[in-house]
Amino acid sequence: MNGGQAFLPPRRLTLDRVAIRRGGRLLFEGVSLSLAAGEACALTGANGAGKTSLLRAVAGLARLEAGSVDFGGIDPASARAEGLHFQGHADGLKPARTAREELGFWSRWCGAGAAGLEQAAARLELGSLLDLEVRRLSAGQRRRLALARLLAAPRPFWLLDEPLAPLDARWRARFAEIMAAHLAMGGLVLAAVHDPLPGATKALELA
Amino acid sequence: MSRLLALIGRETALAWGRGGGPLVAVGFYAGAATLIPLATGPEPGRLAAVASGVAWVALALASLLSLERLFERDFEDGALDLLALSPVPLELACAVKCLGQWLAAGAPLALAAPIAAVALGARPELAPLMLACALLGGLAFAFVGGIGAALSLGARRGGLLTAVIVLPLFAPPVIFGGGALDALASGLPWGGGLALLAAYAAAAVALGPIAMAAACRNALS
Repeated sequence: MNGGQAFLPPRRLTLDRVAIRRGGRLLFEGVSLSLAAGEACALTGANGAGKTSLLRAVAGLARLEAGSVDFGGIDPASARAEGLHFQGHADGLKPARTAREELGFWSRWCGAGAAGLEQAAARLELGSLLDLEVRRLSAGQRRRLALARLLAAPRPFWLLDEPLAPLDARWRARFAEIMAAHLAMGGLVLAAVHDPLPGATKALELA
Repeated sequence: MSRLLALIGRETALAWGRGGGPLVAVGFYAGAATLIPLATGPEPGRLAAVASGVAWVALALASLLSLERLFERDFEDGALDLLALSPVPLELACAVKCLGQWLAAGAPLALAAPIAAVALGARPELAPLMLACALLGGLAFAFVGGIGAALSLGARRGGLLTAVIVLPLFAPPVIFGGGALDALASGLPWGGGLALLAAYAAAAVALGPIAMAAACRNALS
């Protein structure tokens, strides 16, 4: 991690009466949320309620029908490009490449150095997996590989779509510790979950 | 800069492995170029007259092969989300993807093109111009093809759609390159055709990424 220093902005996320339409159907409207540094919000809702769409809209990948997303007054484009990690259901990993190649690429793409990459691999215990092709990894191992990018290139704001789903009990506990450390350093987490999110200080339910 | 170097390394490696990579593209190219004499008859005079044209058109077709997967895989596995969420503009990332495609598929095809043309009976003096045309044309095919690949994202049978979108846009470079080769073979000035081909490639490199990025953003949202 970055030696305990405070993160650069964004230090705050405000959703104001957000509405999202997908495929002609209004998924939800009037959703508001305010999240400050050190806070984690569990985003819940039935399948198809629009959790993923909301996360994608915060990341700037989907359009808002109404309302606004604000990152504490900073330019949203730069806040998203440099201050935010997005982890969707898909891990973005290529099956035919080795874990080392994929982690190396994504860490560099997020701006991490070699030291950050090694620390992240050690924290997620990826050492023995790095020489395997991604196709040989289990879903949980793949998720750990994808999450290593979040540790290799520290950014304050984590947008996670069911981060715990493929992880086993031990790694759910370990990831809870990692998230707690991230929040203690002033990070923000917005995660779509079906199970309780460890360390969540806020909850947002999409009806 | 480090990000772009990392991306070009990844894209070239992926394009090299995509659908068998350069070997399959060159194999398809050799196959297509061999079919023509079977259809037109083997008389050397007739073959020599069409040799450079055939080698050139087969090159355009072989360039289509791996285009389908240029954006589709990254779109399906979520990598395109992460490529879009970066300080590097998506336009630049798209340009680098096309460059990787050109390095891994276009350049090996360009090396095969003069060999195919000469094997079909074109005069060996045509080989250097054929190589130049194939390198420039391959760049145009990769960047114009990228537009088609990005536009057909999310469509069923995207590969076919890509080909239908892109083939009309391949017409100008095929005409310019074919014109230059034809002019050289008849002893006329050939610089004009090559200059037009270079201009088309430059325009594709400059404008293609803007269209690709817009199509990718639209597919993601």
